Amino acid sequence: MGDFLVWVVWFVAALGCLGSGVAVISFSNPFYSAIALIGNLASLAVLYLLLAAEFLAAAQVLVYAGAVMVMFLFVIAYIGTHADAPFEGGPSWQALAAVIAAGAILVDVVVAIGLKAGGRLSDEADIEGSFGSPADVGRVFLTDHLLAFEITSIVLLVAAAGGVILGSETRRREAAR
Amino acid sequence: MGPDVSWYVVLSAFLFTIGAMGVLLRRNPLIVLLSLEIMLNSANLALIGFARHLGQTDGQVFALAVMAIAASEVVVGLGLIVALHRSEVALDVDELKTLHG
Repeated sequence: MGDFLVWVVWFVAALGCLGSGVAVISFSNPFYSAIALIGNLASLAVLYLLLAAEFLAAAQVLVYAGAVMVMFLFVIAYIGTHADAPFEGGPSWQALAAVIAAGAILVDVVVAIGLKAGGRLSDEADIEGSFGSPADVGRVFLTDHLLAFEITSIVLLVAAAGGVILGSETRRREAAR
Repeated sequence: MGPDVSWYVVLSAFLFTIGAMGVLLRRNPLIVLLSLEIMLNSANLALIGFARHLGQTDGQVFALAVMAIAASEVVVGLGLIVALHRSEVALDVDELKTLHG
């Protein structure tokens, strides 16, 4: 019974993921696309919970569906929404080449994983109850991967400074005009 | 027994393809950024799936780092879009041919 429920939750979350993903790339209005992406991120958080990644599911909702998407919506509100024809513009061979390239990625990934891992993907490792808890993730992040942690913080700082510079430079040029 | 890691990996491949189609087909840079987020998140799903499969937390740590990098990428991308909007350039990736000020 419990396993059946897990499958139901998995299929609902997976369909939510794929459906909202298609919605993101097919809405003509970027505002609706951003709203659809919030749905995509929330269904991914459900899948993370099924994978015993509690901390990452919480971080996904807080950081992504919260902070990052609010930033997106602010910018969309600032520059105004102008609906365009979603899949038009540019020669048609471009669109055809894009679909072929994306399909090639899909086939490539599935075939590569199927050939490489094949039947070994079904035997899951046994995990403890604390797997994926904040304490567990924090311990690994701040011991084994301390350098990655520090570099990530520097990248965030540089990006924040870059955002300020990009914003203020154009304002200065506008004032000079 | 619930779905094993291959289900998650195939789902992540499909999500990645959807994101790639968005990046390649759409012309609005905002939607290109949103599609990039889908691609990054599909990679995160595969990372977390394999972390569960192998019973090691390292994959989750990697996914957390990807989240932080994605946040910085959004900051710079949105800053560029706002700068383009201020300099009255059309928001169309085919029109953005000049990079000099």
